[in-house]
Amino acid sequence: MKAKRRWVWGVLAVMVMWGWSAGMCQPKAVLAAKEPYKVGAVFAITGTASFLGEPEKKTAEMIRDEINSQGGINGHPLELIIYDDESDATKSILAVKRLIKTDQVPVIIGPTQSDASLAVAPIAEAARVPLISCAASYKIVEPVAERHWVFKVAGSDKHVVGKMYDYMKAKGISKIGIMTASTGFGASGREELLRLAPEYGITVLADERYGPKDTDLTAQLTKMREAKVEAIVNWSVGPTQVLAVTGWRDLKMENIPLFQSHGFGSRKNLELAGAAAEGVLLPLARVNVGPLLPDSHPQKKVIMAYTEAYEKKYKEPVSSFGGHAWDALHLAVAALKAVGPDSAKIRDFLENTKGFVGQHGIFNFSPQDHNGLSKDDLEMVVVKNGDWALAPW
Amino acid sequence: MGGEFFGAAWLQYALSGVTIGAIYALVAIGYNIIYNVTEIINFAQGEFVMLGGLFGVFYYQTCGLPLVLAVLSAVVTVGVVGLLLERYVIRRARHATVLSMIIVTIAFSILLKGGAMLAWGKDPYRLPAFSRGGVFLWQGVAVQPQALWVLGISAVVVAALTLFFRKSFYGKAMLACADNPSAARLVGIPVRTMVLLSFALSATVGAVAGAVICPITLMEYDRGALLGLKGFGAAVLGGLGQFSGALVAGIVLGLSESFCAGYLSSGYKDAVALVLLLSALFFKPEGLFGSKEAAGLKRF
Repeated sequence: MKAKRRWVWGVLAVMVMWGWSAGMCQPKAVLAAKEPYKVGAVFAITGTASFLGEPEKKTAEMIRDEINSQGGINGHPLELIIYDDESDATKSILAVKRLIKTDQVPVIIGPTQSDASLAVAPIAEAARVPLISCAASYKIVEPVAERHWVFKVAGSDKHVVGKMYDYMKAKGISKIGIMTASTGFGASGREELLRLAPEYGITVLADERYGPKDTDLTAQLTKMREAKVEAIVNWSVGPTQVLAVTGWRDLKMENIPLFQSHGFGSRKNLELAGAAAEGVLLPLARVNVGPLLPDSHPQKKVIMAYTEAYEKKYKEPVSSFGGHAWDALHLAVAALKAVGPDSAKIRDFLENTKGFVGQHGIFNFSPQDHNGLSKDDLEMVVVKNGDWALAPW
Repeated sequence: MGGEFFGAAWLQYALSGVTIGAIYALVAIGYNIIYNVTEIINFAQGEFVMLGGLFGVFYYQTCGLPLVLAVLSAVVTVGVVGLLLERYVIRRARHATVLSMIIVTIAFSILLKGGAMLAWGKDPYRLPAFSRGGVFLWQGVAVQPQALWVLGISAVVVAALTLFFRKSFYGKAMLACADNPSAARLVGIPVRTMVLLSFALSATVGAVAGAVICPITLMEYDRGALLGLKGFGAAVLGGLGQFSGALVAGIVLGLSESFCAGYLSSGYKDAVALVLLLSALFFKPEGLFGSKEAAGLKRF
C-alpha cells in the first residue's frame, strides 16, 4: 500500500515539474508565432541513395533554422516534417500518404530518387497536393497534362546531353562513341544521347553498355578507338566512371576527348582518378562551381551564400543534391510567403514562377514546363590541375 | 580497320581478359581450398576479396603504413576474419549438414558486407599501384604494370598452393580430411585444426586478390558478391577442388568476357559467363579438369 502511494506521488511530482517547465517555455512560443506553416519532405536519408538524401536533409534543416531565426514566413514559423524513405519507393509512397493524410501538409518536397518520385507523383496528383521532386527523370513532370501538381528542380538528362552536344558542335566534333552503365541512370542517359544526336548533327558510331559493378572497361574503350570516334561519352555513377577515366588515360587515348555525365561532379572522383582525370569534360550545375562564376552572374550570390553556410555548419563540401533541396524548399517557402498554406494556390504560384534564382539555375516555370530549367543553366567544366575549371568554348 | 590495328585491339582484349581472369582464378582457388577440406562452398569468399582491398586502404591511408606492409597487414587481418568465421560460426554448427553450413556462409557474407558498409561507407577507394612508372606501350597495346603484378602474384599463389597440397605434410593432411574425416581422425590428423587452417588460408588468398586488384579496379563494400559469383563460375568450370583447373577456367572466363565485350557487345558480357557455366554443368558437370569418379563421391 505504502509503496503504491509513493509511486503516485512520484508521478505527480514529475507531472508538476513537466507542467512547470512547459509553462516556462510557453510564453515565448506564443509570442513568437502565429500558427506554423508546414512543409513535408521525403528524402532517402538511409539506404543505397543516402549519399544523395543526407545532404538534402542537412540543407533543408539548415534553411528551416535560418528562416525561423529570421522570424519565419510572414511571422509564421516554418515547420519541416522530414521522413526517410530508406531509398525504397514503397516507403516513399507511405511517407507521402502520411504527410498528406496525417500531417496535412500543403506542399511536399522530394523524394530524392527518380523511381520514388515516379511512384508518388500519382498520389500527389490524386490528393491535389503540390510536390516538388528532387530527382532527375523528365518523366516525373511529363506529360504535363498528367502532372498538374508535380514539379521538379533537378535538371533533366536532356539538358545535360544538350549542353554536351552544343559544346561538341562548337569544337567540330560529330562522330562520337557512347558507353553507359546498365542502371536506371545509365539507361536514361543512353536514351537521351541517342535521341538527341540527330538533332545536333552527331553520329553515334559505337554504343557500349556495361554492368555497374564491372571492374574493367578496357574492352569498351578499345572498341571506341577501333570505331575511330572523335569523342567518347561515359554515363555512369560510382567506381565505373573512375575506371573509364583511368582506362582512357592508360590506353593513351588523350587525343579523343572524354566527356562524363554530370554524375562525375564530385570531388571524391577527382581524388580517386588523380592525375588521370586531367582534361575530362562534363556539364555541371552551377552550384558545384560557385567560386568559378563571374561576380556579375545572377546566381553567384545565392550559391556562395549557401556554399559558405553549409560548409561552415557541416564541415563537408556542398553537393548538387543539397542544392536540389535548397531549390525545392525555397520555392515552397516563396509560395507560402506569397499565397499562404493553400495547396491549390501554391500550385498556381509555382507554375507561374519566373526568374527564380536558385542553386541549379534560374527557374522559369510555365504550364508547359514544370522543370523550369534549360541547358543554359549548366556550365561546361573541365578538370584542370585536379580541380574544376570552366571549359573554354 | 587496318590489319595491324586489328591485331593491337585483339591483344588489348586478350590482356584485359587474362588480367580479369586471373582475379576470377584467385577467387575460385579460395573456394577450392575450403571445398577440398570440408566440402563446404564458402559464399563469403567474395567478401574476403572485398575486405582485402578495403583493409589495404585502411592500413595504407588511415594508419599510414608503407604499401607493402599495408597489403601484408590486410592479408593477415582477413586471414584472422576467416579464422573467426570457422572458429565461432562454422564449428558451432558442426553437426549441421553441408548445405546448412553453406547457408551459414551466405549469412556471414551479408554480415561482412553490412559491416564493411558501416566501417567504410559506400564510396569506392583505391590503393596506389605496387610499382612506380605508368602504363607502357608494347606492340600498340597499353600494358598496366599493375596487371603484370596481378598475373605474377596469381601464378605464384597457384604454384605455391599446388606444391603445398601435393608435397607438404599439412597439405596432404588437409586433403585427407576432405576425403574421409573419420579415417583422417583415426590416423591422428587433427581434423578441426585442418578445417581452421583451410578457412584462414582461403581468406588469405581472397585478401591477396582484393589487395592486388584494388589499384586497378577500386574497391567498395558491395563488390564482393559479383566477384564471388564469377569466381564460383570459374571454380565449377575448372572442376571443384582443382587448382590448375581454376586458373585455366578463370582465364577462359575472363577472356570470353573481354572478347565478347570487344567483338559482340558489352551488354552480353555477363551472359557469356553464365552460358559458359551452364553449358559446363549440362555437358561436363564435373568441370573441365575434374574427374567423373571423384565427382561421384562428393556430397555436393
